[in-house]
Amino acid sequence: MTTAAHHLHTDSGADAPYALSHLDALESEAVHIFREVAGEFEKPVILFSGGKDSIVMLHLALKAFAPAPVPFTLLHVDTGHNFPEVLEYRDRTVAEHGLRLHVASVQEYIDAGRLRERPDGTRNPLQTVPLTEAIQQLKFDAVFGGGRRDEEKARAKERVFSLRDEFSQWDPRRQRPELWQLYNGRHAPGEHVRVFPLSNWTELDVWQYIARENIELPEIYFAHEREVFQRNGMWLTAGEWGGPKDTEQVQTRLIRYRTVGDMSCTGAVDSDAATLDAVIAEIAVSRLTERGATRADDKMSEAAMEDRKREGYF
Amino acid sequence: MTSTTEQLSATTLLRFATAGSVDDGKSTLVGRLLHDSKSVLEDQLEAVEAVSQARGQEAPDLALLTDGLRAEREQGITIDVAYRYFATARRRFILADTPGHVQYTRNMVTGASTAELAVVLVDARNGVVEQTRRHAAVAALLRVPHVVLAVNKMDLVDYRESVFAAIAKEFTTYASELGVPEITAIPISALAGDNVVEPSANMDWYGGPTVLEHLETVPVSHDLTACPARFPVQYVIRPQTAEHPDYRGYAGQIASGVLRVGEAVTVLPSGKTSVIEGIDALGESVDIAWAPQSVTLRLADDIDISRGDLIAPSASAPATTQDVEATVCHVADQPLTVGARVLLKHTTRTVKAIVKEIPSRLTLDDLSQHPEPGQLVANDIGRVVVRTAEPLALDAYADSRRTGSFLLIDPADGTTLAAGMAGESFASRAETAVAEDDGWDF
Repeated sequence: MTTAAHHLHTDSGADAPYALSHLDALESEAVHIFREVAGEFEKPVILFSGGKDSIVMLHLALKAFAPAPVPFTLLHVDTGHNFPEVLEYRDRTVAEHGLRLHVASVQEYIDAGRLRERPDGTRNPLQTVPLTEAIQQLKFDAVFGGGRRDEEKARAKERVFSLRDEFSQWDPRRQRPELWQLYNGRHAPGEHVRVFPLSNWTELDVWQYIARENIELPEIYFAHEREVFQRNGMWLTAGEWGGPKDTEQVQTRLIRYRTVGDMSCTGAVDSDAATLDAVIAEIAVSRLTERGATRADDKMSEAAMEDRKREGYF
Repeated sequence: MTSTTEQLSATTLLRFATAGSVDDGKSTLVGRLLHDSKSVLEDQLEAVEAVSQARGQEAPDLALLTDGLRAEREQGITIDVAYRYFATARRRFILADTPGHVQYTRNMVTGASTAELAVVLVDARNGVVEQTRRHAAVAALLRVPHVVLAVNKMDLVDYRESVFAAIAKEFTTYASELGVPEITAIPISALAGDNVVEPSANMDWYGGPTVLEHLETVPVSHDLTACPARFPVQYVIRPQTAEHPDYRGYAGQIASGVLRVGEAVTVLPSGKTSVIEGIDALGESVDIAWAPQSVTLRLADDIDISRGDLIAPSASAPATTQDVEATVCHVADQPLTVGARVLLKHTTRTVKAIVKEIPSRLTLDDLSQHPEPGQLVANDIGRVVVRTAEPLALDAYADSRRTGSFLLIDPADGTTLAAGMAGESFASRAETAVAEDDGWDF
């Protein structure tokens, strides 16, 4: 964990003697949120998928409690269609920091007949049941998610502390007003609070922070040649999850991923950005949002994200 | 690639809030700021165009960019505060977009609580109206350091300077009396784009900045570091590992001021004293740190300190009290009554408390006071006297927004009842007692 020595000093471009750079301000706020949860909850957990947002969350948590270990366990909802490179990264990171990881498996639910495969093969919406059941069974009272308000219009309405009922449901009309930096984490037994330390970060902030902090990422975030095929305007990775169909043609393209998730609904983008600097340059001029470019499940309906969030999805 | 390098060199973050009535053109202003700073991306615009078209609207309805929820789109209303993000070459912005009508006061209080600047919109044809006075009063109560009066729809009054000047004067007089420290009035047309991002060719009589230029250059964070230092302890870090057997650090975010190694400090409420031996700023050791940095303090003496305590320089430590007098904005649907047993959350400390008195309720429209209202209901602003079970190191909100603010929470179901601001405010002046008792609607 290296930290650039310069960033704590007043930036010459800043307009007040004690101004913080925007990344320092966001980092400081996120760390405050992690520490509030550690101070107020019994059993918090960090949702960790091996994606860049959860990687940044873990990095922030490590800094927040250093030199002590992170006082939270990790939880991953494995759809069964995750990228092998990402799972490898996940396990390596967990081992490196001596953390404890719980895995809730969509495949196990399907095998046990408790969830049914969807006709379109997408498993992303199926994550909600294993996620909410894991929260109930393991009695987590605070669940950190990497969701950012810039991602999607329903997420723009999300609080930093979001109270969920015993069914994990989100009711956007009954959210607690969030005032100053005073987060209200009171909840009844069985309820839990979803916590979003990256609420105020944008995709570009995340990438700039990754570059500044020199954080390692799974390779699929960088340009590489890969066998993909096109479905609904997205480049999907060919694999055993059910693609391609007979009519869909596999080709090798130079691509990278902007998000990682279930292989069946996470699209790649054409890109030759092989380094952090190149990725940042690409994002800064992109005319498409992260989710708009890469998420098939958000295109299902105008309120797809809101509807899934109501049911307990992140 | 200029835009990349420019965006990367943006150094500071400004949090601001917008306030405006339903037809003041707030969505258009927000839409234009987002659009002209290229923060609306193609897929978002396409989605808005598709929905607008499906509804038979001729032009894309930019309000759909900001109304994210199903119910909002169905009803064409904005339910709740939304946060939006955009950047220019000079600065990053977090905009608290507060809806103008339903549940008005609590939404604006929520948005204004973290804002360093508030944009109050006025329709040039209507001038300063009741709603404008409420906006100004909330900005003043919440002590938002900078207020921008955006006199919108100047195109509909022939861009006349006299119209703008009269509104600016009336508003500035009113807001200054309330204690708003800095007011900047800008004549704009959000629809036509005058003085929002580009200077207007239609108002050559105006020599000031555009809205965006002002947002980019207004100073931030100065108020936090000018105050005495306050450090609420969030969490005690004790690794107890072979590598760090004796490490004991007090983790927190500096709420105000500047802390230095070697400084004599007092821990409240216990009153114990020590000296700052080290400051760990997220992995690196530093000699000096300032608000709002999250750091870990190490003290020279091993004293009993836990979450909820406050560390402050001994030379400027706050007094502690169990009797809190404050102005509150009531944000819950259930009323707050005299005698209510509540929880009070101040910085990292939550204590039991009883509402002893509700001396007055304020009417924002004319700033009149209703004595002894008995209770406060949703969106009411009033004075309260609260007795706490344990002493609090509470500053006046006028001195520190961070250590002078608190929440009242219902212990039964955890509902946030009220947003509190300790000490005096204009709501504590008992000058005009009006006995009209029908409340006020939104």
